[in-house]
Amino acid sequence: MAGHMTYEESKRFVFRGLGLLAAITLVEVFFSLASKGFIPGLRWMDGVSWIPYLVGALLIGFSLYKAHFIVFDFMHMRSEVQGLSLTVLMPMLLLVWAVIAFFQEGNFWGERRAVVQRFNELPAQAAPTVSPLEQGSTIEIKPADGELLDDGEGVGSYDVDQ
Amino acid sequence: MSTLIDNSHQTVDHSGEKATWDGAGKPFRVGYGKLMMWYFLVSDAFTFAGFLIAYGALRFSMPAWPVPDFVFRTLPFGLQEYFPGDIAPLIFVTIMSFVLIVSSVTMVRAVQEGERENKSGVVKWMLLTVLGGATFLGCQAWEWSNLIGHEHMSLTTNPFGTHLSDGYYLEDADGVAYGSTEEGQRFEAGDSYIIHKHDGEWQPRALVNEGQRPAANGAPMRESFGPKAFGALFFFITGFHGFHVFSGLVILTIIALNSASGQYAARRNGYEMVEKVGLYWHFVDLVWVFVFLVFYLL
Repeated sequence: MAGHMTYEESKRFVFRGLGLLAAITLVEVFFSLASKGFIPGLRWMDGVSWIPYLVGALLIGFSLYKAHFIVFDFMHMRSEVQGLSLTVLMPMLLLVWAVIAFFQEGNFWGERRAVVQRFNELPAQAAPTVSPLEQGSTIEIKPADGELLDDGEGVGSYDVDQ
Repeated sequence: MSTLIDNSHQTVDHSGEKATWDGAGKPFRVGYGKLMMWYFLVSDAFTFAGFLIAYGALRFSMPAWPVPDFVFRTLPFGLQEYFPGDIAPLIFVTIMSFVLIVSSVTMVRAVQEGERENKSGVVKWMLLTVLGGATFLGCQAWEWSNLIGHEHMSLTTNPFGTHLSDGYYLEDADGVAYGSTEEGQRFEAGDSYIIHKHDGEWQPRALVNEGQRPAANGAPMRESFGPKAFGALFFFITGFHGFHVFSGLVILTIIALNSASGQYAARRNGYEMVEKVGLYWHFVDLVWVFVFLVFYLL
């Protein structure tokens, strides 16, 4: 809400904002339901491989727009001095990297779920009297009963010297 | 803001800089309390972001995740029966979101009336905001009690699962074996299910997954529970948000009473206190935008 608005104008602006946010929310719910096959006539969308990515991107875009509207118009960030808005908003950019890094990490956990479970089920072994680290040897974790544990990226065994 | 003190004259004369460093000027030309409210909200945003990113990382790590349209599809008083297929996916939570948006708008109106030094307007719109927030909390209480009491989801048990491959059920939800026909008992990969609980006992249905060998000992395979993290994340994150709403209601009520008593009118600063609590209240709405996105929409 810009400072030059009259009282009547700013009142109208607020209620238009209510309509905007409500409309975006309804559109979001419609898209979400449609992408999962709940809307008659749009049931083909459920099961199409690229639909979740397209709808997901749209939903995230709509939500970011709602967030922008709330911060700049309802919280009046637009009329604050630039220094204040920069010190508040710039730290949020750190979250971009946090999202990329942790989602990548989560994906990795998912891909290695079977391997991790295999490791968790390995029986505890008696500790060696001499550390293999001192010997410069190689620790080998043997897969059980011919099960393929090593996926070629060195998960099954690793060289202590490295 | 017409009520802000204009400090521009201080930089004109030679002693202006000294006066600023003595505390004459306001950093970023806002009051101390309002500036600190913004920085508190920055830190709170990082807290919520940490929770939501943890949710995302765990969700990405699971082979399947409960479909929100399946989990959140009931309404109070059995009203979902008036919807096609007796389910109302996401309807209740859409109403909750709408209530919170409306309460955010009434808060903006309260701040606007404060700028005009209109005491009765401030009190009226703040009380409407309290009403909206309380309605939201009531809705959340129903949603939780439905999930806990009716569907038996807990912090450590998640009865909502998703099939990873095609197959068919051997018995229905009451443990009664199906006849020879396979009609109505087939499921496909990606289908959702919920494990029911009767008389304190979980009743996972017996099933056969296509392309899998039957178990050697003859015992049939049964439905497995969904990702354990789902319940814990849901109750923790929506609970943390609900606690913010509750704190907001307490603060709003106090500020509304103070406004009604004329305390802020005497300050002649355009009800800046109302503006500060308004910032907090909008932030609660802002967080809900993202909670709504990740738990219900995606």
